[in-house]
Amino acid sequence: MSTLVVAEHDNTALKPVTLNVLAAANAIGGDVDLLVAGAGCRAVADQAAHIPGVSKVLLADHAVYGHQLAENIALLVAELGAKYSHVLTGHTTAGKNFLPRVAALLNVAQISDIISVDSVDTFKRPIYAGNGIATIKSNDPIKVLSVRGTGFDPVAATGGSAGVTAIDRVHDAGLSMFVSEQIVKSERPELTAAKVVISGGRGMQNGENFKLLDGIADKLGAAVGASRAAVDAGFVPNDMQVGQTGKIVAPDLYIAIGISGAIQHLAGMKDSKVIVAINKDEDAPIFQVADYGLVADLFQAVPELERLL
Amino acid sequence: MKVLVAVKRVVDANVKVRVKPDKTGVDLANVKMAVNPFCEIAIEEAVRLKEAGVVTEIVAVSVGAANCQEQLRTCLALGADRAILVQTDADVQPLGVAKIIKALYDKERPQLVLFGKQSIDGDNSQTGQMFAALAGLAQGTFASKVSITDGKMTVVREIDGGLQTVSMTLPAVVTTDLRLNEPRYASLPNIMKAKKKTMDIVTVADLGVDAAPTFTVLSVEPPAARKAGIKVTSVEQLVDKLRNEAKVIA
Repeated sequence: MSTLVVAEHDNTALKPVTLNVLAAANAIGGDVDLLVAGAGCRAVADQAAHIPGVSKVLLADHAVYGHQLAENIALLVAELGAKYSHVLTGHTTAGKNFLPRVAALLNVAQISDIISVDSVDTFKRPIYAGNGIATIKSNDPIKVLSVRGTGFDPVAATGGSAGVTAIDRVHDAGLSMFVSEQIVKSERPELTAAKVVISGGRGMQNGENFKLLDGIADKLGAAVGASRAAVDAGFVPNDMQVGQTGKIVAPDLYIAIGISGAIQHLAGMKDSKVIVAINKDEDAPIFQVADYGLVADLFQAVPELERLL
Repeated sequence: MKVLVAVKRVVDANVKVRVKPDKTGVDLANVKMAVNPFCEIAIEEAVRLKEAGVVTEIVAVSVGAANCQEQLRTCLALGADRAILVQTDADVQPLGVAKIIKALYDKERPQLVLFGKQSIDGDNSQTGQMFAALAGLAQGTFASKVSITDGKMTVVREIDGGLQTVSMTLPAVVTTDLRLNEPRYASLPNIMKAKKKTMDIVTVADLGVDAAPTFTVLSVEPPAARKAGIKVTSVEQLVDKLRNEAKVIA
């Protein structure tokens, strides 16, 4: 039994979710190899080699993998993955993009968004926006799994010394081409990895008012998120969306400001350890999941909160 | 050009589903069903491409029981030209659906195949990508903008951290994200007209596809309930609780 984990990275550094995926791989057991596929990504492989529990790092360094185009990456991962019992990556937009192609090429199912490992072939995953937790047994020879990062505590990033093996297979499907990317630069921690998240909803009224959350975020080292309503209204960019179809977060502290708490939003944050809700509508469903609820006008409560922190 | 749109019948997005007491699944008896919201966005995009003169024919397809005809009729009322139901009472998993759509693709030869990015019941986010791999096609997943010119498609994708633009040759696959468009409502005259549009019903066996399940759902349980919280009366009290009771801030 052996597992291939596909690392997520930006050709410069490993994304933290990879450490959570490795924890899932360790829960399955057996040897764990880590594939770093990209362009000019040697530094990522060297970084990955220090992760304890990784048997070997496979480095596929070629221009065709530079932008993680699913058509190319899937061919590589399917070819390498055929020799493993398990193939894992994060249930992120990158993982969701290529991993189903890998499963289809291997003619096996993918089990998406697993939150726990019961045994080598049995896994738990949320369905219906987290309103049910399904226990799923795979009957396929190769288990292809996408992992919910917040379901597993990350493994240590350093302390190991795995070898790096170069993979010279070049798969260019010739089907798609990268054009451009607009990545929002932020000094704040990544939403899915932050210990504290503060999110705003429709109650924020406009994008300008989201600046009210910045002061608290700065003091708490928090990431700033948003409900779908706030994203759809154009207050903030889509990558800030927390919810069933956005990002799934489970920080130590989640502060919901002016968010009513639709089922779809709750699906993205209800596994947070402590939930605080500030909303002027005392009947807002968010209060049903909040550990601490404050019925108040956010435009008074938020500046006051910032002052008291 | 012809476009194929895959749609799924799911529980309505506003329904709070409950797990069945015997833990075999969620209770769908007498629950309102609808077209999966992302599939509705896919239909809308196809209709807009037709209105823009890019698309000439829209074929809506679904895999499932006889009652999926309701959702396909909705698609016809929204602007699809005809529909195909691959009728089965069996549990068809994402790879099986992808294989079935592949068989339909081989017969219909569309230039574009549209899917929702995920269904709100299984939340898998797999079928479109699996189909694309089986058909050897490029994909633009989680699309928030699609433009087609001269046999090339450019897709703006919603990714973690921002947006990515990719271009691809047709035929190709798109899976829709929330911000691609806002679906219209079906007008009464269009609902009437939809009743006369063609709906073909075929079986999985007709298509010669093996769509047997490869995983088993052992149980479905309700998520762990959160213990009831409290209401605080002031920001001071909130900060005090966070600092001294929950101990999550310094």
